[in-house]
Amino acid sequence: MSSIGTGYDLSASQFSPDGRVFQVEYAQKAIENSGTAVALLGKDGVVFAVEKLVTSKLYEPGANRRLFSVDRHIGMGISGLLADARQIVETARTEASNYRGEYGGDAPLRYVTDRVAMYMHAYTLYSAVRPFGCSVILGTYNVPEKKPEMYMIDPSGVYLGYLGCAVGKAKQAAKTEMEKLQLSDMTCKQLLKEAAKIIYIVHDEVKDKSFELELSWIGEHTNGRHERITGEVFTEAEAYAKAALDEESDSEIDES
Amino acid sequence: MNSYLTDNVPNRFACLGLGTNSPQSLTKRPAASLRDMPDWLTSEHSTGTSLMAAEFDGGVVIGADTRTTTGAYVANRVTDKLTRVTDRIYCCRSGSAADTQAIADVVTYHLEFHEIETGEPALVRSAAAVFKDICYNYRDQMSAGIIVAGWDSRHGGQVYSVPIGGMVVRQPVTIGGSGSTFIYGYVDSTFKPKMTREECEQFVLNGLTLALSRDGSSGGCVRLGTITKDGVDRRVVLHNDLPKFYEG
Repeated sequence: MSSIGTGYDLSASQFSPDGRVFQVEYAQKAIENSGTAVALLGKDGVVFAVEKLVTSKLYEPGANRRLFSVDRHIGMGISGLLADARQIVETARTEASNYRGEYGGDAPLRYVTDRVAMYMHAYTLYSAVRPFGCSVILGTYNVPEKKPEMYMIDPSGVYLGYLGCAVGKAKQAAKTEMEKLQLSDMTCKQLLKEAAKIIYIVHDEVKDKSFELELSWIGEHTNGRHERITGEVFTEAEAYAKAALDEESDSEIDES
Repeated sequence: MNSYLTDNVPNRFACLGLGTNSPQSLTKRPAASLRDMPDWLTSEHSTGTSLMAAEFDGGVVIGADTRTTTGAYVANRVTDKLTRVTDRIYCCRSGSAADTQAIADVVTYHLEFHEIETGEPALVRSAAAVFKDICYNYRDQMSAGIIVAGWDSRHGGQVYSVPIGGMVVRQPVTIGGSGSTFIYGYVDSTFKPKMTREECEQFVLNGLTLALSRDGSSGGCVRLGTITKDGVDRRVVLHNDLPKFYEG
């Protein structure tokens, strides 16, 4: 890494001579060590899927979740340092709650995203702090306007709207998988299975032994409420993902 | 000397013939200067008013009389009590003219900022919530009864009533101001949901005419405003063009 030893990477408040802020780039590296999180925007909602790496068999199932509800109508998937991300979840929840208190209704996703992005950006400006080592994906579904929405914020404080979004370890592979789908023509029910499949495909069994799949969605069928997916629906999606994975590995053997 | 009278005008209450040892009576009696003046000099400007707002299929109709009084004196007989808050949200003001104007100014500013921040037109519900916030927090210092009405793409035409204590409630039709007491029966018997625009305008005009003809603090003309997705249409009905009802 060219930045090491130059002294320009010691503080978030200092540029390097070629105009980079290395601390922010390091924060982005922190995300690349974390499990993959994907979110797909369909015609009737948004689906989240996260590959939660389990580093010890001693953890109880469902520990250290990476999918959160910011408000009834906003879901959030995170990738990167869990502790950092939890503070972002808290900030987003406070923003959504303040909006509700002040204006008596659901906070628009773009508003919450903008406020959270400003908060994250502030942590790239001062020498006494470091940037957040996490990216977050936010999704919502606006019932009266029948409009799903999704944004991703990265450690620099930049946020963009997406149709399909992946962050974390295998984001490149996940994006390749997403591009094969006609996302905006698909329903949440279809997307859920595809999202689960993507997580299973991009998971690297050699490097990371065990992982837990986390799924959630928000859309027309949940009446604009963000819901974690458990039970039969979860089992079905996971089974589809595993079956697709087996098929894929079989065909790879055929080719060779 | 009594300790209550240690200000610069030690003889201010001398003309009242009060004993200087009677602080209780001092607080009860108004100062001579206030007592001797006519009420139009000392009273607050207030919109003793008749207000109405009703939802119809595709928007809302708002209406108000045009009288502002200072005691018994008509300070303005062509007042505009229908005040713009955003392009598609208006409020109808009753109570103290100064208080309601100040509130409307603050809310207008607040919502303009909010629209920039969210990048979309403010919801009527949001406007009502901001009105409520101010009316509730300052309920002991202000006298304001406000109706917030407008149109947004999310919920269509909406009417919210923010009466004196700072409550907020959505109603398909609401009336406000001193004149409203005379037309509860008319409104209850005549209003029906999903009227056409023309029906609704006539309903509001009739209601206000009945109210202002019975209420001494209301009067003058009737101002009407119709808010739909296309914006606001405003008109004024002069006193001699108001519909005629039994006046016995």
